[in-house]
Amino acid sequence: MLVYILKRLAIAVPTLLILIIASFLLMHAAPGGPFTAERELPPQVLANLNAKYGLDQPLWRQIVSYLWGIIAHFDFGPSFIYKDRTVNQIIAQGFPVTITYGSISFLVAVVVGVALGVTAAVKQNTWLDYIAVGISIGAQVLPNFVMAPILVLVFTLWLGWLPGGGWQGGQWQYLIMPVIALSTSFMASIARITRSSMLEVLTSNHIRTAKAKGLPMRRVIARHALKPAMLPVISYLGPAFVTMITGSVIVDIYFSTGGIGKAFVDSALNRDYAVMMGVTILMGTLTILFNLVVDVLYAWIDPKIRY
Amino acid sequence: MVIDKTKMTSLAAATSQPEMAGRSLWADARRRFARNKAAVFGVFLLLFVACFALFGGFFAQWSNEELDFSVMGQVAQIGGPSLSNGHYFGTDDLGRDLFARTVQGTQISLAVGLVGAAIAVIVGTLWGATAGYFGGRIDNYMMRTVDILIAIPYMFVLILLLVMYGRSISMLFIGVGLISWLDMSRIVRGQTLTLKGREYIEAAKAIGVPAYTIIRRHILPNLLGVVAVYATLLVPLMILTESFISFLGLGVQEPLTSLGALISEGAGTMSYGTLWQIAFPLFFFVVTLFGFFFVGDGLRDALDPKDR
Amino acid sequence: MALLDVNDLSVRFATQDGDIHAVNGVSLSLEAGDTLGIVGESGSGKSQLSFALLGLLAKNGTATGSVTFEGREILNAPEKVLNTYRARKIAMVFQDPMTSLNPYMRISDQMAEVLMHHEGLTKSDAIARSAQMLDAVKIPDAQNRVRLYPHEFSGGMRQRVMIAMSLLCKPQLLIADEPTTALDVTVQAQIMTLLAELQKEFGMATILITHDLGVVAGFCERAMVMYGGRIMERSPVEPLFAQPTHPYTRGLIAAIPRVDQGHEALHAIPGNPPNMTGAPVGCPFAPRCDFAGDDCRRDMPPLERFATERDRACHRPIDLIAPLEVPA
Repeated sequence: MLVYILKRLAIAVPTLLILIIASFLLMHAAPGGPFTAERELPPQVLANLNAKYGLDQPLWRQIVSYLWGIIAHFDFGPSFIYKDRTVNQIIAQGFPVTITYGSISFLVAVVVGVALGVTAAVKQNTWLDYIAVGISIGAQVLPNFVMAPILVLVFTLWLGWLPGGGWQGGQWQYLIMPVIALSTSFMASIARITRSSMLEVLTSNHIRTAKAKGLPMRRVIARHALKPAMLPVISYLGPAFVTMITGSVIVDIYFSTGGIGKAFVDSALNRDYAVMMGVTILMGTLTILFNLVVDVLYAWIDPKIRY
Repeated sequence: MVIDKTKMTSLAAATSQPEMAGRSLWADARRRFARNKAAVFGVFLLLFVACFALFGGFFAQWSNEELDFSVMGQVAQIGGPSLSNGHYFGTDDLGRDLFARTVQGTQISLAVGLVGAAIAVIVGTLWGATAGYFGGRIDNYMMRTVDILIAIPYMFVLILLLVMYGRSISMLFIGVGLISWLDMSRIVRGQTLTLKGREYIEAAKAIGVPAYTIIRRHILPNLLGVVAVYATLLVPLMILTESFISFLGLGVQEPLTSLGALISEGAGTMSYGTLWQIAFPLFFFVVTLFGFFFVGDGLRDALDPKDR
Repeated sequence: MALLDVNDLSVRFATQDGDIHAVNGVSLSLEAGDTLGIVGESGSGKSQLSFALLGLLAKNGTATGSVTFEGREILNAPEKVLNTYRARKIAMVFQDPMTSLNPYMRISDQMAEVLMHHEGLTKSDAIARSAQMLDAVKIPDAQNRVRLYPHEFSGGMRQRVMIAMSLLCKPQLLIADEPTTALDVTVQAQIMTLLAELQKEFGMATILITHDLGVVAGFCERAMVMYGGRIMERSPVEPLFAQPTHPYTRGLIAAIPRVDQGHEALHAIPGNPPNMTGAPVGCPFAPRCDFAGDDCRRDMPPLERFATERDRACHRPIDLIAPLEVPA
């Protein structure tokens, strides 16, 4: 098991390095430096600015010192636009918000999705199955940026039940719509994957053996079918996590929750490369760590992978 | 939205059976597809959307850039859908004809989806087939590269690219195409590995048929089923990606537009009571996604008939 | 009263391309301690017949007819009732031990749950009993190996585990569905010897399902030959081999490769197994039969007694058409 984790790490670390270096090079190669703003700066000022941000150094030294800053101090350097704030400060402000509604959404999507999928598979071709399949097919075409306006239209504009945005330290009224908007399409995907993998598992030979043992169906499903049926779901969690992080950008903008996505889009519109890179690298790290957890979870369920 | 790996694996297994591959596979599949109501419905949805995108422009009374000064400033009152002033779908917030804009948005979204899927088919198939066929170290390096690329939060990188190199439709194509082929190459590689073990390919190798010919004559035709299904299901994913970026205002530039951008504009003005501004683009968005989804799903079930 | 009575059992599967008639009107009867071999090619319906007995058909399958065990009807009985028979009174050994054991669970857990559920044993007692049973099927170092996962065993060892698992509750009837098909030839012989020993030791009735007539000859008292979901012939084993009268049985016996035949070509039965889609008309073997006439293609011959304890379903049995010689 330990060897397996180390092997996975051996892929994770270079991935991260490549991500950092690639985004750094991209930034460097971008037409126009970060300070080619609307108004022309005097050459002397520009030189001073470049010196302050280390942009006058040779490329490899810039990369090394940037990398060193991240590795040694977890420091993404100063923002290019907000002169008095570092990237770290900007990230630290939004990160807790994103993590809060993100993890709730993730939990909701997994729990509801798996429950829906298992029910549909076990009660295949009954009205329960049709409802579950209907929900999961319908919700496929309701990504977060479609869900968000619809939710606001119904619950804020028509019914007036929920506030249309804001965070207020994460009170429940402010959490509901972001969580629904973010989790709906994942819930649907997870339900679909669970259903088809459960159906596949239920036709497998070892389930027939379990039935021939005279175990009640409930027990057959809980003890014999659930674990293998979860494998495809688990391998979907990695990509789902990435897409969900991405979706948080929409939530932050549409519901003004003030998460990290807001910082990202603001910096994108302001060409604040330092913040963009900081966020990208942070999200990349999270993704890679999460994939590592998923791999370990997978190996824990499937004893054949333990070597 | 996601492409179900369990079903894709099962499809791959089904279409690599020697007795299944070949002509009867497709003849049987066509029959089953025609009997599948959802799939046929999906075909009609797609035909409808395609006709709308291709010929809708001929019926538009206004161009997509023109401002209708008669409704400007009072869009919420008189900018709604109407046959008399030629704005079938109403106007947008600036007084531009929403019908013409929806036609154009549909065109662009379809184009991005199709181009993304096409890149995935070409790059993904070649990459996966090469890696799977040659195996060994080449396979190892090629698939490691895919492993690494797939772990990158591509949406952030794509936005980074769009911001740094300017927003343009070709940048969107490149960005969407860059990411779409990864999963395809994995699926194709797996399928190629299975096919490679078959006797007739071993035999072809043994009598000295060149690798290129084997790949072209024996491997690629047998990949067709999996690739076709995957590509069909990939189109809506690409449309979703594009819409997402456009919704953020980072996609195509005015006066060009896409369904995502129109939905974004509609969502912004929703509270003024101009619901048609979100309803029409959303309708075409949903119909397009459902169409591809039903057709892709139906195609897969037709090629891999199992009771699910 | 017989232990097991099967009457006019039919099994159908609904598929997209039409109904598959896997088993058509099969009847059989088994006394306690009997050994019956069911022989047939793949697709003859022999496995589905055995699944139907225990209610293990796939979801799209339906069974009609009657199956009584100790006088009680169990065909299409509710799951609750069936679960009191499964493993306790009727146990099964499946074809492919690689996939029939749960790859995600330790052997100890898979075996112990049977005893815990049916006999209310505690987990540690159940595991101890399981280890004893592994010992009985001659798995070396059973005490320690009971904790392993299925993939850590070889094919033959896995089938021993499967057999041990089926015997945990001392069933009155054991159904072994092609128990040796997935195994190497040398291992096959070991497993059959083991099964024969265990059958004598536990005294349970056994149904052995196989495509291998040789295995039947060595293990069973009686045999039943199936083709296209129907019984072709039913007979004690010795006369079946000595004087096969059904053209299909004769073809099967002729197809067994023999050392004393020299280098002649193998006798294969020409043609392919029948397509089972749609309602069957006539004798299913007629298209491949050398002796078939119009009556064979039109009507299914009834199963009739033609000698002591021997039944067959054939319009043109060999002893009537060509009573001269029976090729060895």
